[in-house]
Amino acid sequence: MIRSPFLILAAALALVATGAARGAISVGVTLSATGPAASLGIPEKNTFELLGAPVISGQQVNFIILDDKSDTTEAVKNTRKLIAEDKVDVIIGSTITPNSLAMRDAVNEAEVPMLSMAASALIIAPTDPKTRWVFKTPQNDSLMADAIAVHMRANGVRTMGYIGFADAYGDSWLTEMRRSAQTAGIRIVAEEKYNRNDTSVTGQVLKLLAAQPDAILIAGSGTPAATPHKELVGRGYRGKIYQTHGVANADFLRVVGADGNGAFLPAGPLLVYEQLPATNPVRSSAADYVTRYEKKYGAGSRTTFGGHAWDAYVLLARAIPEALKHGQPGTAAFRAALRDALENSREVAGSNGVFNINPGDHNGMDNRARVMVKIDNGKWLLVK
Amino acid sequence: MDLSIAALLAQDGITNGAIYALLALALVLVFAVTRVIFIPSGEFVAYGALTLAALQLGKSPGTVGLLVGLALVAGAMECADAVRRRAWRALPRRLALYFVAPLAIAAAVHGAAPLMLAFPLQIVLTLAIVTALGPLLYRVAYQPLAEASVLVLLIVSVAVHFVMLGLGLWFFGAEGSRTPAFTHASLRIGEVNVSGQSLLVLLFSLLLILALYVFFDRTLYGKALRATALNRVGARLVGISPNLAGSLTFLLAALLGAFSGVLIGPITTVYYDSGFLVSLKGFVGAIFGGLASYPLAAAGSLLVGLLESFSSFWASAYKEVIVFTLIIPVLLWRSLTTQHHEDGHD
Repeated sequence: MIRSPFLILAAALALVATGAARGAISVGVTLSATGPAASLGIPEKNTFELLGAPVISGQQVNFIILDDKSDTTEAVKNTRKLIAEDKVDVIIGSTITPNSLAMRDAVNEAEVPMLSMAASALIIAPTDPKTRWVFKTPQNDSLMADAIAVHMRANGVRTMGYIGFADAYGDSWLTEMRRSAQTAGIRIVAEEKYNRNDTSVTGQVLKLLAAQPDAILIAGSGTPAATPHKELVGRGYRGKIYQTHGVANADFLRVVGADGNGAFLPAGPLLVYEQLPATNPVRSSAADYVTRYEKKYGAGSRTTFGGHAWDAYVLLARAIPEALKHGQPGTAAFRAALRDALENSREVAGSNGVFNINPGDHNGMDNRARVMVKIDNGKWLLVK
Repeated sequence: MDLSIAALLAQDGITNGAIYALLALALVLVFAVTRVIFIPSGEFVAYGALTLAALQLGKSPGTVGLLVGLALVAGAMECADAVRRRAWRALPRRLALYFVAPLAIAAAVHGAAPLMLAFPLQIVLTLAIVTALGPLLYRVAYQPLAEASVLVLLIVSVAVHFVMLGLGLWFFGAEGSRTPAFTHASLRIGEVNVSGQSLLVLLFSLLLILALYVFFDRTLYGKALRATALNRVGARLVGISPNLAGSLTFLLAALLGAFSGVLIGPITTVYYDSGFLVSLKGFVGAIFGGLASYPLAAAGSLLVGLLESFSSFWASAYKEVIVFTLIIPVLLWRSLTTQHHEDGHD
């Protein structure tokens, strides 16, 4: 008999909870907070925790965050669970390309819009029924590869070497870089691969040095990209070293140390928003995000990856009021209207760039979504 | 490829091979004495390097918390054991081993962390804390199941590996760390520059192997471990405690792992999950000796290091494939040349 008051209390609480949940918008998030992509997934998770439960147009937005352990099967399982059990209105995720590609079928079947935080253009291309419900917030690799090629060309680079991850990230970069380099008239004279957990890259670096390229691109993400960088500098490489936007976090600067000085990388403007001109539309969104993020997680903790999560929220915040005119949250009409509203995002300034999404381009970023950054004594310096 | 490149690759391969050899020795030792396939040995490598990196930053490493937690559990298990068997006399000594000593180490490291001690002292603290995890892990995870089959012990190892991996992510974060080099000196031999760091790795590995040899050949405890490895039941009959043997083995294995971590920290960036792949390569080396012969395991590990280094030059995309494919011809060779006999005790 002692238990019954508790039961009544629990039932009352459950009623209150469902009452509060009615009409709220639920956003399902699956990201890679553990596993190989954890260094990307953790800032994304932090960003959603920072957002809490914001109110848009009088509707509370609830984030349901699941970890997919950087695993494709897990990501699809999470997606199906979020759709079937939590009846979410929109899915955000995942952190990495293979997961996002696999999730597309699940969201298409259920007709739920999805915003990926992974880089590859393959996620949203080509425009066909398979990608109808899929959007993505990070810049396409091709945009970043072009920035590198243009910068190389302007600085007199004629031959380049490449060393990158032996995985989807590295392969995607190699494909894009081959195209960009060819357009810019730069010859790739050496292509090497390595794994993020390799204890040594001496072999690859010696081979790169033997080819004597004017510049070397390292396509890795986070601190593992520092391994070939330090090895190249240690072996006396005198040419230019380029990194990708995958390294844009404070941990990379800490690990690469003084060896990083003088290296270039293309990155989202968020990384150096303080150095942007005040007229830049990205600046205020980035300032808003970074200030809040660093207040909670410490100075210098910003990453462009967390920015991709923030931008997914920025796009939603713009699209939800429009979608609410066509249906109530939790209905198919609302989801369809949300998709249409996302597809009509015009001049939406996020922290990493400005989105102009249309049926032919579900990313919608342009040159304003990239800046060239130079590493200078443990700081990111905007190259003007 | 000219001679100087070959020499550089060989130097790189031997340096890595020396570290794999330490881990291979730990794997052989643990398997011989306790029949445990020591999958978590890689986590000790990562914990070693990352604990040192945390101390470098003046932070109290997360492994201190793990040590305290394990000591509390192990202490409780010892007390429960003493109550059940009414064996009160052995309790103080066991509590000193499993409870007081780890807590003292944890307190010392926690207190010393913000002081930014000299580098060698930080290494000593790192070795102390990570090594102390070994016997505690044995007491908590393996000792209650010490008589179980090899398969059950393997399953326990897999579980321990995943738990330690997750804790590593929690303690140290997803990004890696690098510790400063022991020395920046380098030696010029003919055309080739040999880095002082590689020489130190080799030197320390050799010293450690020599110390192990002396320990097993000259000391009573070492001989007790050898006896247990040779015949568990026989060793027990002559009064060697299997629990003590197990604890001591894990102590040595943890020391070897932590030492490898400290050695590898300046050469490469270490992540919370780096250890598994390193220990897996040590495992390939240990397979050369059939998980039984120390010299063959060390030689095999050197071969793995060299093969890895040269294949990263010739075909970097297939490096891991080449290294791990090596296990197939080795297993074939071993199954053809050694007589297989069932171990009746399993």
